[in-house]
Amino acid sequence: MPKLKFGVIVFPGTNCDRDAFWVIEEVLYKDVRYVWHTESDIDDLDVVIIPGGFSYGDHLRAGAIARFSPVMKSVVKHADSGKPVLGICNGFQVLAEAGMIRGAFLRNKIVHFLCRHQHLKVVTADSPFTAKYHKGQIVRIPIAHAEGNFFLEGDDMKYALDHDLIAFQYCDAGGNVDDTTNPNGASLSIAGIFNDKKNVLGMMPHPERASETEMGSVDGRGLFESIAEWVG
Amino acid sequence: MTFERAVEFSGLSKNEIQLIEKLLERKPTVEELGVFGALWSEHCGYKNTKPMLKKLPTTGRHIIQGPGENAGVVGFDDYAIVFKIESHNHPSAVEPYEGAATGVGGILRDIFAMGAMPIAMVDSLRFGRRDSKRTRYLVGGVIAGISDYGNRVGVPTVAGELVFEDSYEGNPLVNVMCVGLAKKDGICKATAIGEGNLLFYYGSKTGRDGLGGATFASAELSSEGEDKRPSVQVGDAFTEKLILEATLELIDKKLVVGVQDMGAAGITSSSCEMAARGNSTIELDIDKVPAREQNMSAYEFLLSESQERMLATVEPKMLNKVIEVINKYELDHAVIGKVASPVTDNPRVIVREHGKTVVDLPLRPLVHDVPLYVRDMIRPEYLDQVKKIPDYKIPSYKQVLLELLSDPNIASKEWVYERYDHHVQTNLLAEPVMAGGAMLRVKGTTKGIAISTDGNGRYTYLDPYTGGMQAVAEACRNISCMGAEPYGITNCLNFGNPEKPMPYYQMVKAIEGMGEACRKLEAPVTGGNASLYNETDGEPILPTIVVGAVGVIDDYNLSMFNGFKKAGDKIAMLGTNKNEIGGSLFLTKYAGKVIGECPSLDIDTEVRLQKLIRALIAQQRVHSVQDISDGGLAVAVSECAVNSKRLGASLDLQDDIPLDALLFGETQSRILISYPANDKANLDVLKELCVSYDIPLTEIGEVTADRKIVIRVKGKTLIDAGIDDAVKSYNTRYIEE
Repeated sequence: MPKLKFGVIVFPGTNCDRDAFWVIEEVLYKDVRYVWHTESDIDDLDVVIIPGGFSYGDHLRAGAIARFSPVMKSVVKHADSGKPVLGICNGFQVLAEAGMIRGAFLRNKIVHFLCRHQHLKVVTADSPFTAKYHKGQIVRIPIAHAEGNFFLEGDDMKYALDHDLIAFQYCDAGGNVDDTTNPNGASLSIAGIFNDKKNVLGMMPHPERASETEMGSVDGRGLFESIAEWVG
Repeated sequence: MTFERAVEFSGLSKNEIQLIEKLLERKPTVEELGVFGALWSEHCGYKNTKPMLKKLPTTGRHIIQGPGENAGVVGFDDYAIVFKIESHNHPSAVEPYEGAATGVGGILRDIFAMGAMPIAMVDSLRFGRRDSKRTRYLVGGVIAGISDYGNRVGVPTVAGELVFEDSYEGNPLVNVMCVGLAKKDGICKATAIGEGNLLFYYGSKTGRDGLGGATFASAELSSEGEDKRPSVQVGDAFTEKLILEATLELIDKKLVVGVQDMGAAGITSSSCEMAARGNSTIELDIDKVPAREQNMSAYEFLLSESQERMLATVEPKMLNKVIEVINKYELDHAVIGKVASPVTDNPRVIVREHGKTVVDLPLRPLVHDVPLYVRDMIRPEYLDQVKKIPDYKIPSYKQVLLELLSDPNIASKEWVYERYDHHVQTNLLAEPVMAGGAMLRVKGTTKGIAISTDGNGRYTYLDPYTGGMQAVAEACRNISCMGAEPYGITNCLNFGNPEKPMPYYQMVKAIEGMGEACRKLEAPVTGGNASLYNETDGEPILPTIVVGAVGVIDDYNLSMFNGFKKAGDKIAMLGTNKNEIGGSLFLTKYAGKVIGECPSLDIDTEVRLQKLIRALIAQQRVHSVQDISDGGLAVAVSECAVNSKRLGASLDLQDDIPLDALLFGETQSRILISYPANDKANLDVLKELCVSYDIPLTEIGEVTADRKIVIRVKGKTLIDAGIDDAVKSYNTRYIEE
């Protein structure tokens, strides 16, 4: 069996690349390499991770400039061929700007950066990213963002609901999903959403920050393990 | 720029100008005056503090680099911890957002210029009256500045202090510490050496910003007939992130001889300091500097404080490879000069503008022979007057406890930390509220790095010497209470005008006290900075030494935090309760001023106490550890309960001292521990250890499951508060949003 290989995309201003790399290599024990934003040959990769940070300083809009990077053409191709792409935080914003998932982003409803542990509800276990969880499971994965107010409406919202595209919703420890447990005002408390083929996941919470006991939660590890099992 | 104006803007005294003329045997040029003014300033030259700083301990078994480089370095195994604290007080008072942001940027550059990846920021912030509009404005701006800058660069802000005290009303303190990690053999020095080597500039372009402050710049610009513009330095965290990555790559690939950031006094200080360290003459062609604005003069280039700029010494054969790295990050760059001599006894700095020499100075006097000022010590009379405590009124003890818990000096700082990305880099081992500092793992090892800052202007005001000692003792105590051994400290010396007797006396005594504590605790000084002239309308701030300490624990899995773990656990105190209410937060709050005698500190006892607590943690004899500081014993035990999220405490104290002091006094060298109740073998060893370190152990109560904090004295209940009330008070947010 060929060895599974992950790639972590690095734009100027990306700052969670090392954390994702560490988890893939030291927790998942898989092959991983960095992919600088000017690269276009990523055929060696099975899984692409677009990590968090402030690509291009978030100038213009979070993720707005990164989508024009040479590497993004290849990432789109990678996704079109059915291979998995995971966008975390700023990576989620890049996916939205690139049109790889439905929806868009607004500023947090409280207008400032928010970093804390966050409970999430696993909305579906029927995906390459969430197979290791069970539907309705409550997990704890940290968030850290100022622009996580994911916006989805009309036909897109209906399509997402009809096709089980919502991966995670913000909630409290008891699993309550409502305005009081929604940290940023996202539509339907959406914390993570798939593309139509469910091989692309964009999520605001940071699973790489919840994959080791040292970090106070290992609830994010299931996500990486799900991908590895699905591809491998 | 006329000579007279250059004299005015240099900040140099008449005597200093005469000294310079004597030294050069001619009148200095306008540009030379600028260079002297910068390097002979307190910030670069330490002319008021050097005589005292020379007496501080700066060497020890863990020290790799003491004062004199971009930052200090301590070591363990193959690793080097690079760290430094710096103030950005005055810029933050004028423009809190940019002032704080550029403070973060500056200290980050000091760390990565040495080849270390910055792994943590710690902010020590002090503001004035809690209820003033100005304070709220400053707090909001400073926190937003730190948040926006630090988050973008991707360095977690993991701990810090937030203090409100009236004396800082006009003059807030923004002291920022950065800690970096490198391999010992990957440390890069800030030196310019090797004849023919190139001086390589990279980062942002140079503009007119930060030219010695707002007044100067606007006057200067209008006299040149240009538009007035704000002269506050503006930070660009995106560029900072790029120069961080580029610098680490240059050093990692061994492409550079030396690197320094351009901080205060920009190109001038970086080039002169690098050349002085290398004992080599340097020549700069100032026209080569990448300029952001047109028609900039040599004077402006030399003194600009534009942010996010670096200077490296590069061997000519490496230049292409260096440029390749810099181009990868799309940064501006230029060769702006060269090392023009071998190592020499008389190195010089020569600056040319359009081929004409505008600066030609000997470096030694410029960097090493800064005029030093030693003044007469006059003990200020207030020191005797403040001892007497006036009458004061307090509500019930329960109410006092809840009021102290909700005081912004004590209350949870979650409302601050949640705006900082404290999780990035995935090394922080507990949430920031859980300890008096932070513990970070070192990936790939079992080692942990503990970081803490501490300072107490109240104590230092009441007794400068003891206050200086106490700042070191508490910063190190916080480190020890997590289980780590303090390896070294860095400090910010925040004082009033040293030309006046009172601030001068405070400064000298406090630094002496700091030095004594550093010697005894074996935590040498590796550097820092001095921020003097912190006054408003002639009133100085409380004298405030902020100490940043770093330590190392062998196995981070053993590190200890303050939350109670288990109902039924016994609670005990290490140390002795004393009748010391002076200088406490309690007294300041209810008497309305900083008054009384500073809590005493026996530094030998402190040393033994810290060794004891480290031994107890290393042997896993305790379940929680909390040092007793602001708010005293009652607040300390409440914090352990609140941070456990679910457990309460029941104490019965037996001491014969006044109740205010027993409950809320801030007697030093005390630590609260909890440990298993029914493990006699454990308790026996615990007691033996206390005896062997000669530290009293007093069992004072137990951890309870009934969600209450109950404190009795000799059986009589003084405080009976529900955990929910305590949590609610403790979670009071100074700024609601």
